Amino acid sequence: MGMIAFVIIAVVAIVGAAGMVLSRNAVHSALLLVANLFCVALLYLSLNADFLAVVQVIVYAGAIMVLFLFVVTLLNPSQRETPDQLHGQGWVAGVLAVVLLAEVAGVILSGVFGMIKTTATPPAVDWGDNVHAVGALLYSQFLFPFELTSILLLVAIVGATVLAKRRL
Amino acid sequence: MVNNVWLVLLFPLIGFVWCLLFGRLWPRLSGWIASLTIGLAFVAAVSVLIGLLALEPGDRIRIGTLYTWIGSGSVSVPLGILVDPLSTVMILVVTGVSFVIHVYATGYMHDDPGYGRFFCYMNLFVLSMLLLVLSDNFLLLMVGWAGVGLCSYLLIAFWFEKPEAAAAGVKAFVVNAIGDAGLILASSLILLTFKSLDYVTVFTSAKETLAVGGGTVTAITLLLLVAAVAKSAQLPLYVWLPDAMAGPTPVSALIHAATMVTAGVYLIARASPLFTLAPFTMGLIAWIGAITALFAATIGLVKPNIKRVLAYSTVSQLGYMFLAVGVGGFAAGIFHLMAHAFFKALLFLAAGAVIHALAGEEDMRKMGGLWKKLPFAYWTFLAATLAISGFPGFSGFFSKDEIISLAFTSDRGNVALGIIALVTAGLTAVYMFRAFFMTFHGESRVDEHVAEHLHRPGLAMVAPLVVLGVLSVIGGYVQFPGGGFTSFLTPAFTYFGVTPATESGLNPTISGLSVVVVLLGIVIAWAIWYRNPKTATSLGKSFGPVRAALLNDYGVDALYSLVVVGAVRGLGNVCSGLVDALVLDGIVDGVAESVRGISVGVARLESGYVRTYAVAILTGAIVIIAFMARGGL
Amino acid sequence: MLAPLPYYLILSAVLFTIGIFGFLFRKNPLIMFMSIELMLNAANLTFVSFARYLGSLSGQVIVFFVMTIAAAEVVVGLAIIVSIFRARASIDVDEIHLLKD
Repeated sequence: MGMIAFVIIAVVAIVGAAGMVLSRNAVHSALLLVANLFCVALLYLSLNADFLAVVQVIVYAGAIMVLFLFVVTLLNPSQRETPDQLHGQGWVAGVLAVVLLAEVAGVILSGVFGMIKTTATPPAVDWGDNVHAVGALLYSQFLFPFELTSILLLVAIVGATVLAKRRL
Repeated sequence: MVNNVWLVLLFPLIGFVWCLLFGRLWPRLSGWIASLTIGLAFVAAVSVLIGLLALEPGDRIRIGTLYTWIGSGSVSVPLGILVDPLSTVMILVVTGVSFVIHVYATGYMHDDPGYGRFFCYMNLFVLSMLLLVLSDNFLLLMVGWAGVGLCSYLLIAFWFEKPEAAAAGVKAFVVNAIGDAGLILASSLILLTFKSLDYVTVFTSAKETLAVGGGTVTAITLLLLVAAVAKSAQLPLYVWLPDAMAGPTPVSALIHAATMVTAGVYLIARASPLFTLAPFTMGLIAWIGAITALFAATIGLVKPNIKRVLAYSTVSQLGYMFLAVGVGGFAAGIFHLMAHAFFKALLFLAAGAVIHALAGEEDMRKMGGLWKKLPFAYWTFLAATLAISGFPGFSGFFSKDEIISLAFTSDRGNVALGIIALVTAGLTAVYMFRAFFMTFHGESRVDEHVAEHLHRPGLAMVAPLVVLGVLSVIGGYVQFPGGGFTSFLTPAFTYFGVTPATESGLNPTISGLSVVVVLLGIVIAWAIWYRNPKTATSLGKSFGPVRAALLNDYGVDALYSLVVVGAVRGLGNVCSGLVDALVLDGIVDGVAESVRGISVGVARLESGYVRTYAVAILTGAIVIIAFMARGGL
Repeated sequence: MLAPLPYYLILSAVLFTIGIFGFLFRKNPLIMFMSIELMLNAANLTFVSFARYLGSLSGQVIVFFVMTIAAAEVVVGLAIIVSIFRARASIDVDEIHLLKD
């Protein structure tokens, strides 16, 4: 039963991603990516990452993708793409992507890294309230990165404001 | 007194340095100083002789060392001097004849703009020649050898604006370079065999170390022979000497008659302990000498340029000296060397006086009837001609006779050599008197304009002529009484265990034969060139092809030009066209091209397209993952 | 509905690959950017999977940080794209090759 759900969600995620990459219309791409992000959020839920699932929906799918849509519509969404100047780029991309996939899959399935076992039974975890648990960890062990990240956000805001002005 | 030998070297050195520094500033003064230094060197040489005579005959050998020039490991080459009868005779001849010629040159080169430079080179030459004959080891010999070669080039090409003079200088240098190679190889062999280069060590141990007629000694002596043949202008390396006449006449007199060309003979005489151990080489020397003598004498019969005739005459007489040492008559060879120095220098100087008087005319067909106008030149030339022909009583008679008899009678000689020597003596008389008659007698064929401005030689030129004339006559009498000269020289050879072949007294049969031959030659010359001038031209016509062959040196020069020069040029063309253009340029250009190609290829990575960069990053990531999957590098 | 670990890993590998392909293949800068987001998501999924199966919450915290930074990156990146393409009036990444050697 759980497997069926997983498979459905996985398929939808993959279809969404592929559609995003291949769609000629930028708006369609953005919306397909939203679908993909939503599926990933569901998967997070299955992995006992409740907090992250919600954050994914709110921040990623909600804020970031909306921002994308704004910019897409701002920059003339229906413009056709010009023919490729880099000849053979498509083939190169395809080949390299396949190679990478094969390589990574091979690594995962061959069990080189001993912890990955195909029939591993997931250990039981008791994290209690996920938000509490993540928060506790965040403000104790990861406090320093937390503070740095806030500074980073500040820099990003300032940068975006400056870059977007027409005249400095 | 013997210690004065250092002065013999010092004086010409002073003269050379003076002329180097002040030759251009005060040319006249430098000329006199140069001559004076040579004169002082001669005086020093005489004092050395006196000192040597005071010693016991068996003891007449002294070695002096200035300092050790090369001292590396087991090889020690000192700057050393060997004084013995042989070197003493040589320095006397060199300084004496040089002095006389220097004085002559102050008159002859009077109007030449390169006056100072001339005496600079001349003094350097004398210095080198003295170093050559005084050295006590093969290395210092080589220094002197190279020095005289250099000065020969500088002086032949003295009037370097004349293309034929420059070419002649180069020709002399190149041919002599072959000889230098022989000398260097021989010295290397000697060093290898004896572990030393100095004469005393090599010669005293020669008999023990080398097998008679063995490979080593034959190789060494053959290489030394190459050097001697080149320097003394024998077949096949004589070709530079006739062309060398493009230099000033005093140069021809000094270098190409009296001194430098005799260096080859000196070398063979000095290295006699080695040569006597190689019978094959000795035989070769004798035959080369004899054939060269005959060869050159025949050519002298037809050449119209007076200096060329004298040049071929030098080649021929050197052949006699080679013949002498080849049959073991080392002392006899040196005796002829000395006599030859006197009369050949005189011949050149007298010819020079004629040329000088006729404002540069050297062609005998444009001379004639000069005996009244140039009396000094006339009488001294006659004296020298009689001497070179071997007329009885003159110096050449004694020296040549000794050689001819040795050719017949010595252990190494044989009848064939003797006959060649005899015939050549006759031919010598013929061509020398031909020159004499054509230049001084008969109807004057001199250009009128030149005849009017006949420039008589001054005292500076006449006095040397007289001095040499006297020496040409009486020079032979050093042999009396009873082989005095030979017995003076012999200890120099016996000291190292060599017994030169000597002839005590005159063999009446052979002397008689040679006198007959000489007189016959004079008569023939008189008949052809004096009695009726037309005889010469008609004879020339009837022997047309022979005459043409002789005029062209039997085609030797043409042959060399074709074979040797052609081969070298061909090689040069191959190298420049093939090796240089294709291979070397190909390598250099190829390297540059490949670097350029690589950089162009690399530059393509910086295409400016973001996606290309992404491809590169991805490729790198794939590789890294693969590495990590294998468990690290 | 928990699947075995390799499934999650393969899924995220596939998503990542699709993201790479999209980045290399498309010329529209916005699509390329979205592909980058897709790649980041795939990485996040891997982190969370491992966090679950190793029993360590640190994985989730890391994902939290990744999301934050992705957001900041998107903001700045889009601002840059907007300003570049406002100047050029063309949406083609291949036209920006002034850094060519």
